[in-house]
Amino acid sequence: MRAQFVLSEIWIGLRRNLTMTIAVIITVAISLALFGAGMLINQQVSEMRGFWNDRLSITVYLCTDTSQSNHCVENGPATDEDRAAIQADLEGMTQVSEVTYVTQAEAWKDFQERFSNQDALVEAAQEGDIPDNFRVKLADPEQYDAVQSAVENRAGVDSISNDQDVLDQFFALLDGLKWAALTVALVQLAAAALLIGNTIRLSAYSRRRETGIMRLVGASNFYIQLPFLLEGAISGLIGGIFAGGFIFATKFFLLDKIQTWFRFDVELSMGAVFYVIGMSIILGVLLCTIASFLTLRRYLRV
Amino acid sequence: MIHFDNVTKVYPTQKRPALDGVSIDVDKGEFVFLVGPSGSGKSTFLRLVLKEEKPTKGRVHVAGKDLARLSNWKVPHLRRRIGCVFQDFRLLPNKNVFENVAFALEVIGKPRRFIRKVVPEVVELVGLEGKSTRMPDELSGGEQQRVAIARAFVNRPQILLADEPTGNIDPATSIGIMKVLDRINRTGTTVVMATHDAAIVDSMRKRVIELEDGEVVRDQSRGVYGQAY
Repeated sequence: MRAQFVLSEIWIGLRRNLTMTIAVIITVAISLALFGAGMLINQQVSEMRGFWNDRLSITVYLCTDTSQSNHCVENGPATDEDRAAIQADLEGMTQVSEVTYVTQAEAWKDFQERFSNQDALVEAAQEGDIPDNFRVKLADPEQYDAVQSAVENRAGVDSISNDQDVLDQFFALLDGLKWAALTVALVQLAAAALLIGNTIRLSAYSRRRETGIMRLVGASNFYIQLPFLLEGAISGLIGGIFAGGFIFATKFFLLDKIQTWFRFDVELSMGAVFYVIGMSIILGVLLCTIASFLTLRRYLRV
Repeated sequence: MIHFDNVTKVYPTQKRPALDGVSIDVDKGEFVFLVGPSGSGKSTFLRLVLKEEKPTKGRVHVAGKDLARLSNWKVPHLRRRIGCVFQDFRLLPNKNVFENVAFALEVIGKPRRFIRKVVPEVVELVGLEGKSTRMPDELSGGEQQRVAIARAFVNRPQILLADEPTGNIDPATSIGIMKVLDRINRTGTTVVMATHDAAIVDSMRKRVIELEDGEVVRDQSRGVYGQAY
């Protein structure tokens, strides 16, 4: 095998079809970038899910003197008996793993700590604004419905807030984004495969003299096909490298921003990003090589 | 060297066979003219030898190999033992004489040192010494055909197939081409040449196989082009 000969053949092939090669590289880069972005979002979501599932809780707020809701106004503030009954019921449920009673003072302190960087908010509130509540941890975060309906509308219960509702909306948004990216990626990848097929076909046509002579003097099929296959593989590789840049950009300009806005403590590691980039490049090279191979089987008689 | 045993070839789109029960034996080192009108089956014969086509019936043996049993991936190795020359030269226009001949060796993976050594020898054998760096369009038809012969012969094949090699060349130049082919034949290479050129066949006095409508109508050693009986 003469590497120099093969390389010069590839170079000639790529240059002769320069415009087609550029089109292939762009299409591959865009499709792989979308594919990689979809994968990144997917990883981010699953990491965030894991993170939040450990921390998800339902908060059952009790009625106080200052509660505004109709339900509290009718029934008056929660009595000690109400509180004991609610606590006993919650603790008796199999779906519940832990129940903590938070007094108004504790809730106020917690609030101050949480928003310590937003003085205005802390100053505007005061102790007593946040009613005492039960913080309920669930054995399985998916089962919050049962717990919620068990305590809803009971005497002394003001409102129930559920982290899951908020998160579900957020995850649904990210999931939608992921599927949109993957769908467009799939369509683009199909277009890329067809485009590569066409490029290789043109390349095979413009070099039919050479390949004809190669066949005649007994060059092996592999040797005849190799320049075309590598031509496809190199286009895929270059497209993949560009896609790698896009994927980096997605990480820094989209996912990291989302983390900052939503104050999540999960950050995708660089390892995960490089994994996605690596997968995208491998996919690009494989796709282009396979598309070239299938085209050659039809258009290059050996 | 080439052995056809009752070979029939029918192309899918045609009813009439291109070759019809042909049995031919060509021995090592022979020089054979294949004559006959267009469509008589000369080209089909050459294509069968190269395993570009498969016979509909009968067996083809080339260089001791039964082509029916030769798997597809071994066909390139068969073709390395067979050189081919055509009426239309089939040179690469963007490569010079040396590069055109070297191409045949490059694509079968021969080392560069070997190529540098043997290509000039063959270029000299076909009578083109000093013209290694000429491009094909700077050469006459006869010279271009010499380049094609050099390319076909550079890997020292056991068989040289020539499909009307003088078809595009004037008679005076053709004699030179025939001398080159004769020289190659004297190195022990079997030469099979399909041709219409009566003058050449008559002057060489070699074995002549005449085909007509896919059948062998004459097989004569030291023959001439026309009927000699």
